[in-house]
Amino acid sequence: MEDLRQLLAPLLRGTVVTVQLALISTVLGGVLAFAAGIGKLSSNWLIKGLSVVYIEIFRGTSLLVQMFWLFFALPLIGISLDPYVAGVAALSLNIGAYGAEVVRGAIQAVPVGQYEAATAVNFTKRYTLWNVILPQALVEMMPPFGNLVVQNLKDTALVSLITLTDLTFAAQTVRNLTHESIPAFTATLVIYFLLALVFIAAMRWLERVIAYRVGVAQERARG
Amino acid sequence: MLFGIEWDTSTDLAFAISIFPILLKGLWVTLQATALGFVIALVLGLVFALLRMVPLKIVSWPVAFFLEFVRNTPLLVQLYFLYFVLPDFGIVFPAFLTGAIALGLQYCGYTAEVYRAGIQAVPRGQWNAAIALNMPALLTFRDVVIPQAIPRIVPALGNYLVSMLKDTAILSAVTVMEMLNVANIIGDRTFRYFVPLTMVGGMFLVVTLVSSTLVRFVEARLPKAGIPLR
Repeated sequence: MEDLRQLLAPLLRGTVVTVQLALISTVLGGVLAFAAGIGKLSSNWLIKGLSVVYIEIFRGTSLLVQMFWLFFALPLIGISLDPYVAGVAALSLNIGAYGAEVVRGAIQAVPVGQYEAATAVNFTKRYTLWNVILPQALVEMMPPFGNLVVQNLKDTALVSLITLTDLTFAAQTVRNLTHESIPAFTATLVIYFLLALVFIAAMRWLERVIAYRVGVAQERARG
Repeated sequence: MLFGIEWDTSTDLAFAISIFPILLKGLWVTLQATALGFVIALVLGLVFALLRMVPLKIVSWPVAFFLEFVRNTPLLVQLYFLYFVLPDFGIVFPAFLTGAIALGLQYCGYTAEVYRAGIQAVPRGQWNAAIALNMPALLTFRDVVIPQAIPRIVPALGNYLVSMLKDTAILSAVTVMEMLNVANIIGDRTFRYFVPLTMVGGMFLVVTLVSSTLVRFVEARLPKAGIPLR
């Protein structure tokens, strides 16, 4: 019993950090995804260019390289980041770049007729984007977003390599404490798996809520 | 000095030029780990995809659960598991091999799904037609289903190859001398992290852009109607 407590207490503390990191970086990554995904379709070349460069750099390199760069390389040019900030920044920037491609794809999948109809009733570009295009695109985005959220949860394990005391870091601590690898890493894998199941269920629920609300709005619009 | 190559810390440019050949040695390890990991993922994934299709629940359910489990847990923790737990059973692999196995294990969860989806995407009518022609199931599989599934499977596998290439950086956590680890060691010894880490980022960018262009090239050339196995 004492053994079990010794094993579980640090792991649970680590789990709290992992969940926090996953939630914060998912939300920030979501904001970045919309900004860069919409930006890539902008007619303004500067916004478009910045979005493309951001997406290509963060999709084209390793997350761990990005994290080490923010944590070890930036201080040498005078910008020192707290490990927590560096971890959250790397995770959000990385998942945001993948999300941006999802946002772009979903917006482009909305039928051209929707744009034509919006122009015909004299909606402004901004109004069309927010009230006509995005609600329909959002429904399409949810399943791939669900995959990215789980991907991001798994990616949080890398913050242990920049000294953050997350679940993976706790696994190492427990291993050193108990001098046994199997229980520490098995329990850790199981916790990650359970967390992933919870995140998947939450995203499915959100997906249904959004599909329902967009459907209701469309019904109302039809009168 | 690393791999017998000296570095020159007089200026940033001289430093960058002097460590480039060292980083290239790391890149070579990165590419080897990706190649071996991908072969493991292709073979393991195929075995699990086939086992999952076995019409016996005692076989297919545990396999389905296992695939779900490896897909939804972090590569880094799986890597630690193999690295620290296998020696407990007297199995001691070099770090490189353990790393490649971990990559293959994580990605077999994805490749198995790709095989399954590719095979299921072949229209039902193809099976019905084969039955109508009195074709045995195994022959139908080999000569009708698989050839049509290949053009759907290959592009998805290509995307996972590119993704695995980026994930090899994680092997640095268990002392594999791939590109990122080499850059870190150079940083530790010279207290200059900015140049080597930025170069590794740039090199990853080039390698991923080249490999994803190759994947697109192959994808565009695949005959959509299917590839006969004989």
